[in-house]
Amino acid sequence: MDPIEVRFHLTWPGFSLAVDECLPGRGVTALFGPSGCGKTTLLRCIAGLERAPRGRLAFQGQVWQDDRTWVPTHRRPLGYVFQEPSLFPHLTVLGNLRFGQRRSPAPAPGGTAAPSGLDQAVDLLGIGPLLARKPDRLSGGERQRVGIARALAVNPRILLMDEPLAALDHQRKQEILPYLERLHDRLSIPVLYVSHAPDEVARLADHLVVLEAGRVLASGPLQETLARLDLPIRLGEDAGVVLEGRVAERDERWHLLRVDCAGAGLWVRDTGLPIGHQVRVRILARDVSVALTPAQGSSIVNTLHAEVAALGEDSHPALALVRLQVGGTDILARVTHRSADLLGLAPGLPVWIQIKAVALL
Amino acid sequence: MLTDADLQSIWLTLRLAGLVTAILFLIGTPIAWWLARTRSRWKGPIGAVVALPLVLPPSVLGFYLLVTMGPNGPIGQLTQALGLGLLPFTFWGLVVASVFYSFPFMVQPLQTAFEAIGTRPLEVAATLRASPLDAFFSVALPLAAPGFLTAGILTFAHTVGEFGVVLMIGGNIPGVTRVASVQIYDHVEAMEYGDAHRLAALMLVFSFLVLLAVYASRPNQLKA
Repeated sequence: MDPIEVRFHLTWPGFSLAVDECLPGRGVTALFGPSGCGKTTLLRCIAGLERAPRGRLAFQGQVWQDDRTWVPTHRRPLGYVFQEPSLFPHLTVLGNLRFGQRRSPAPAPGGTAAPSGLDQAVDLLGIGPLLARKPDRLSGGERQRVGIARALAVNPRILLMDEPLAALDHQRKQEILPYLERLHDRLSIPVLYVSHAPDEVARLADHLVVLEAGRVLASGPLQETLARLDLPIRLGEDAGVVLEGRVAERDERWHLLRVDCAGAGLWVRDTGLPIGHQVRVRILARDVSVALTPAQGSSIVNTLHAEVAALGEDSHPALALVRLQVGGTDILARVTHRSADLLGLAPGLPVWIQIKAVALL
Repeated sequence: MLTDADLQSIWLTLRLAGLVTAILFLIGTPIAWWLARTRSRWKGPIGAVVALPLVLPPSVLGFYLLVTMGPNGPIGQLTQALGLGLLPFTFWGLVVASVFYSFPFMVQPLQTAFEAIGTRPLEVAATLRASPLDAFFSVALPLAAPGFLTAGILTFAHTVGEFGVVLMIGGNIPGVTRVASVQIYDHVEAMEYGDAHRLAALMLVFSFLVLLAVYASRPNQLKA
């Protein structure tokens, strides 16, 4: 898939945005950063809802904006999910879904009797029973599911989502996240997902773009970007990595599951997931300790053999971040400089790591 | 009961008010839309001009209209050049004057209704492939419907109730410019208090019902 070329320069009083990036043409790309960092503005520029005076935007070879070209929003083949569902109050759920569908071209004829974007969206978001209702008869979570389905019903070639969960409480969030994971698994179009919530990014993103004060701080595949030492990227308050794996074994006696992530087998609490299920786990650097010998008489379940790959600075001068390789997987550990010196940690050194907590996402 | 002259004046009044309301829907809507959405520095001055008839004495407005529509005024010269003759003391002169006079009663409720919609629904419409014109008709108009109702009722009622501008521009020609309010004035001048009472009471009841309709439509407006 061709990437998405994004170059914008924009200056407002007290705010500026300067972005020059190539975003991947597939998977979920999270635009992550604190509020006011420009991530929503960047998304609005991509949608054409905001016009950066200088910029170039090319989507899979099609120029949407440059010095001579400006494709207005309604001619861009995109779907957009706003933070508030913003459903049309004068239309039913079905009327909302049809609004965009009626105005968009049919999907490219491929496959036999492919279900329309609308039917697929209704199915994917589980809103079949709601179609006849007016928006004011829906719960907050249902509304946002309709908002997402409405954006998909236009058969977009890219889906833009602006903090779709930020306006919802914790419970509603948990209600919608599984649907977003389904989208992630089933959609073939690229998704740009604006968020300041670490848990959403850790669960959904394949690619991470970190923004700060209108500039891109880091950009790359999620796992690699989180394991960087030169610029420890924090999702939330702590450095750590997110690993992708598969449920490989169930220990009935102790209620544990083994998740295999590229050479590292990790035991986690049994949440009832079936064997073979694809999962993500998160390991914070502060929960990983390093030893030269396998620990004797420790309560910690996950003890792995690893090799030091690199050392870097952490946020406090007493602390160092160590990148360790376990099979093909990078894990970050936070140790004091004193310990690093004492143990003689250096690239290539074989060590044992103990992981105190593995969070299943 | 009402005399033929009374009935004629009422019919004339309703025709005038209906026509003026229809014309103002067409002229007022785009102006209200522009005022609600623009960030231009002309927004203030244009908004003030639109609101002027609210504070000007009708005689002042009527005087200037009489001058501009008269034989030496720019509008008068234009209408003469077009072979339409002169507008003062004709029904159409009254229509033009009333359009000016009732302008704010159409534009301001519409502007408020459009502003209450905000930009978000239109942005949503754009992301759903609706062109700006399409979005105006498919989203802005339905959402502003209660505002249209209010604006229409207020404009109609205000035109029914006008007096000063009518006297300046229309004079008092039966069947042409003698509207109900002028007819009442005539009755009083002629000491026909009974006739004046009947017509005046009719206007009173009408005005009350109109305002009742406006206030009854308000809760919907808030909900939208």
